[in-house]
Amino acid sequence: MDDGNGLGDVLEASDRRAAGAGGRVTLTLRIRRYNPETRGQESWWDEFTIESEPDDRLLDALHHVKWYLDGTLALRRSCAHGICGSDAMMINGRNALACKVIVRDVAPRVTVEPIRGLPVLKDLIVDMEPFFAGYRSVLPYLINDSGEPEKERLQSPEERHRYDDTTKCILCAACTTSCPIFWGDEEYVGPAAIVNAHRFVYDSRDEGGRRRLEILAEKNGVFRCRTTFNCTDACPRGIEVTKAIQDVKRSILFDRF
Amino acid sequence: MTTVHTYDAVIVGAGGAGLRAAIEAADRVRTAVISKLYPTRSHTGTAQGGMCAALANVEEDYPEWHAFDTVKGGDYLVDQPAAQLMTEEAVDAVYQLEHWGLPFNRTPEGRIDQRRFGGHTRNHGEAPVRRACYAADRTGHMILQTLYQQCVKRDVRFFNEFYVLDQLLSDGRCAGVVAYELATGEIHVFRAKSVLYATGGYGRIFKVSSNAHTLTGDGPAVLFRRGIPLQDMEFFQFHPTGVYKLGILLSEAVRGEGGILVNSEGERFMERYAPTVKDLAPRDLVSRAIYQEIKEGRGVGPRRDAVYLDVRHLPHDVIEEKLPDVTEFARVYLGVEPTREPVPIQPTAHYAMGGIPTNTDAQVVVGEEETPVPGLYAAGECACVSVHGANRLGTNSLLDIVVFGRRGGLHMSEFAGDADLPDLPDAPDVRVHETIDGLLNRPEGANAADIRGELQEQMFDLAFVVRSETSLRKMADVLAGLRERYERVFVQDTGKTFNTELTEVIELGFMLDCADALVAAALARDESRGGHYREDHPLRDDANWLKHSLAYRQADGSIKLETKPVKLGPYIPMERKY
Repeated sequence: MDDGNGLGDVLEASDRRAAGAGGRVTLTLRIRRYNPETRGQESWWDEFTIESEPDDRLLDALHHVKWYLDGTLALRRSCAHGICGSDAMMINGRNALACKVIVRDVAPRVTVEPIRGLPVLKDLIVDMEPFFAGYRSVLPYLINDSGEPEKERLQSPEERHRYDDTTKCILCAACTTSCPIFWGDEEYVGPAAIVNAHRFVYDSRDEGGRRRLEILAEKNGVFRCRTTFNCTDACPRGIEVTKAIQDVKRSILFDRF
Repeated sequence: MTTVHTYDAVIVGAGGAGLRAAIEAADRVRTAVISKLYPTRSHTGTAQGGMCAALANVEEDYPEWHAFDTVKGGDYLVDQPAAQLMTEEAVDAVYQLEHWGLPFNRTPEGRIDQRRFGGHTRNHGEAPVRRACYAADRTGHMILQTLYQQCVKRDVRFFNEFYVLDQLLSDGRCAGVVAYELATGEIHVFRAKSVLYATGGYGRIFKVSSNAHTLTGDGPAVLFRRGIPLQDMEFFQFHPTGVYKLGILLSEAVRGEGGILVNSEGERFMERYAPTVKDLAPRDLVSRAIYQEIKEGRGVGPRRDAVYLDVRHLPHDVIEEKLPDVTEFARVYLGVEPTREPVPIQPTAHYAMGGIPTNTDAQVVVGEEETPVPGLYAAGECACVSVHGANRLGTNSLLDIVVFGRRGGLHMSEFAGDADLPDLPDAPDVRVHETIDGLLNRPEGANAADIRGELQEQMFDLAFVVRSETSLRKMADVLAGLRERYERVFVQDTGKTFNTELTEVIELGFMLDCADALVAAALARDESRGGHYREDHPLRDDANWLKHSLAYRQADGSIKLETKPVKLGPYIPMERKY
């Protein structure tokens, strides 16, 4: 078994871990519910207690509730591994994707609410249209009117690296709906829109930076940010959102675009 | 209340193929995109490793080499003219995406960087070639974002969270679709000259799958119920490296960057199965090799039903900069640190090679003579062109969606520019109303999650990497039983606002249709080819089976199987060794 590579030890360790993780855990989910069709305009709390595998995702636990205890529970989800951005929720008071929260880390009790600042439509489903309107307002596409070369435009690895972090955004809205400024004023474009502007402003191939910075310099733009860092904490993709916002502020103030 | 909308072109699905078609069509005719998800939630976004094109940026390469690899990778069931066309158009397709802003990784000279990928070789199999253009390990995410950005720029009309449940045909031509609005429960009829399906795959019929919960075969099933055949459904790809138990994809790029597979004895076992390309053999071969290692007692994990993917020998900067997402999956979902520990993996249901039969303009075609259904189109995973044959090569799915999405969008808008608006059939929404009312007016019945769970478990046990006549017959019986229970399925939520319980039950019905077609075609094909491995018929049988299958749903519910010839070309079928 020993290959001189430590594989035998690894195998034993993984078996031990699997054996130790054998027991199921009891998880109580406290879920904020809302259904104007049946219960009017007031939200309410429901509690469900289930048995769960400790390494299950919180999304699996929500599925268990929906599939076996209450079919009316409404939530969005798709890929279930943190890429599609459907299942942003407020989990124990902090925004996260339900498919990236592991039951072991929240058991025995977890509180699940819809993300804040967007109109709730039913249970954990919010109206995403205001969020996407903010996204669209920053011209989130490459602008280059200099004509297309026959092959690719050249870009050095360093130039490519300059905007790498903000290309990771999956538009889940976890950042924007964790922002106290956005809670108070839906007109603020919010962190995600700024992240998506950043992605193009610092792309060496783009020629629309000035227009985006003008948009973000306006009253609902980047200067509403009070650097609370909620957005950075909330981002399931690990994007340094606040830093991106500060980059944009600095460019508006100091760069001649 | 039913609302009627009228468009020239309607695109169903907003992943890579749908968005690429929309960009093409929206510039030309009145276009709408209908999607049950917000576009950026589509599963294209989870594709990781890359998109192949013979740019020859880092070493010698030609589209012809790429075409050969695609045909051989598909175990010669590929329609060769389609593969030649796709690999030739690949080069411009990559440049187009770059011009639209896709942030490809770059070479020191500033060109698009390229890396190795399974089954892609130089000069007809000599050695692995660097052909995959990539953006870290989130290439699909960047393609989806870039295409969506271009749709935003063009102000494309989207109907988000509208779920297409029926296809309308009148006098043999496409007349539109019927959709259910998730937010309101209202029914919408879209009268349209042309409709393109781009609804993705149906990997969720298997317990272990890399696919999203929402990949339930909607498009193929809607058309199957309307008499359109489904082609080559027995060919499903089981990707070798899924996260143990969860099935989440760990990209082939991990092996492209130098990761290796090892068994419980620490042996790099792919050296025995594919001496030339080793861990970069095509996915069907690697998945079967893993299955064999497990069967012979060299698996790892508490149940010895996994093997390890090992990257500990790779430089840390390669892991962090080129494979950041996949390493995070191992950390989050397995608690494994890939820089210090090998990652337990097992094959995962990944990609449907089969689907709605089309020609290279993405027109849906029926019968052996491939007669187009006027106005009806399909592209991407839900379609079968067939460029993937019996086994798709890694990266060729992203290529497929942009190449045939574009061609479909172009052809459908040209068709719509010339065609009259079709008449709607009488009471176009009656079938959808009956379905929904039937489901919502049952006082009690079977639990949908139980039916779905059993479908997934049994497909995983009986119709996965290794199949036999015995296992498939058993699966056919299981499906008959599940169908019976499905007829009595109960929906607790009777509301109209985001009744996702109802839509999940409808999805389950579509999954059962896809499973029916898959099992029927797999039973008939008594040979082994690509992703379809029959242990009772372990060899390829070109004399009898160098042909596509077509499955038709009959009025009595049974399935009729036909075949049609493979379009051959320069590559003579030979034994597949790597």
